[in-house]
Amino acid sequence: MIELIIPAIISCILAFFVVYFTTPPLIKILVKKNYTVKDMNKQENVMVARPGGISIILGIVVSEIVLYGFFQLNEILAIIIITTAAFAIGYVDDRKVMGGWFKPLTLAIAALPIIFLGAYSSDLAFPLFGDVQIPLLYLGLIIFMIPITGNTINSIDVFNGVASGFMVIASFTLSICLFILQNYEIAIVSLPLGFVSLAFYKYHKIPSKIFPGDSGALTFGAMYGVIAIVGGVEIIAAIALLPAVINSFLFLSSVKRVVEHRQIKGKPVEFTSDFKLKATNDKTAPVTLVRLILAGGPLTEKQVGFAIFKLAIFSGILAIITAFMMGVSL
Amino acid sequence: MKSGLYGFLFAMWGLIIIGGGIMVVLLGPFSIQQFGDFHWLIASGIKVTVALFLVVIWILILSKLKNYIFKKELNS
Repeated sequence: MIELIIPAIISCILAFFVVYFTTPPLIKILVKKNYTVKDMNKQENVMVARPGGISIILGIVVSEIVLYGFFQLNEILAIIIITTAAFAIGYVDDRKVMGGWFKPLTLAIAALPIIFLGAYSSDLAFPLFGDVQIPLLYLGLIIFMIPITGNTINSIDVFNGVASGFMVIASFTLSICLFILQNYEIAIVSLPLGFVSLAFYKYHKIPSKIFPGDSGALTFGAMYGVIAIVGGVEIIAAIALLPAVINSFLFLSSVKRVVEHRQIKGKPVEFTSDFKLKATNDKTAPVTLVRLILAGGPLTEKQVGFAIFKLAIFSGILAIITAFMMGVSL
Repeated sequence: MKSGLYGFLFAMWGLIIIGGGIMVVLLGPFSIQQFGDFHWLIASGIKVTVALFLVVIWILILSKLKNYIFKKELNS
């Protein structure tokens, strides 16, 4: 057991402190180069540095390389390669506005190393009922999973601190579930995602000093998706991610096509005179998670963020219950 | 509204568990032997079709559920 604890501690410390110490100089560099965007949810004209994906990917790659030194697992190689590719895809989208097809297609291609490295099992595990072997279907699942998790996290990156805070809850939930299922090596490999998210949340929380951008959100989502596949916890990962999945589901079911948020004309939310957020009655606007939260009445940006975190904790509890149910067979 | 969201989350969770059960019970034991070396490929193809059908049903149920839970609140 001690041979697992030492790499776990080293990688978690590295993941946290690499992001913690590289983000402030990154903010300075981005501001100096005028790589800033307006925070649309502030009354004043606040400009925020973007993208923070650079420090996020640095924290992940450093900690996972150290873990590879200890474990030499193909699963870790898959995480490093795919997460780096997702960062690059997001960075291109941060710099140049690409079409709605760009991210899903390129992320699907980025998922291929999981297949080439053989870092998966084609058994899909369900609670209570056991496993089902679906070799061909599973290849499709791998190719679809990374674009879905990447874009799902990207779609929830709507307010200060939400994407990183949500990732803290979802990724630690996933790690706990992997420990419950006694998949200790992948559980340790998954821990840096939670610590990277936690360190980044310090600068991303309201009022944000930096935004993750597409490069950060896709990095978070892609790594989460890869861990789900290599850890064989796809169903549990989907449950822990349910609030973000609901957001994507509501958006797609109201818009009825794959489209970038910036291409949508109708506004789902607007500001009250005291600068609280409220849901609009615009029939052309997409139905989103935030719009549903605000249907109960106007809230501040901070209150909406905490409402999303409470939903994430609720789905995290459901995911942990599901992990315990994996050991029970009907 | 918030209880509606929690209810929707819980319903999604229930649908995942039930859908998983159907997958395991229906697709798990399914196999074909009479097509020589390609039996696994044909069996996988059939499993893919059934799984996609289940996903479509899952999305339809969720859409109906979404309308049932949220329509009143959004119109008010």
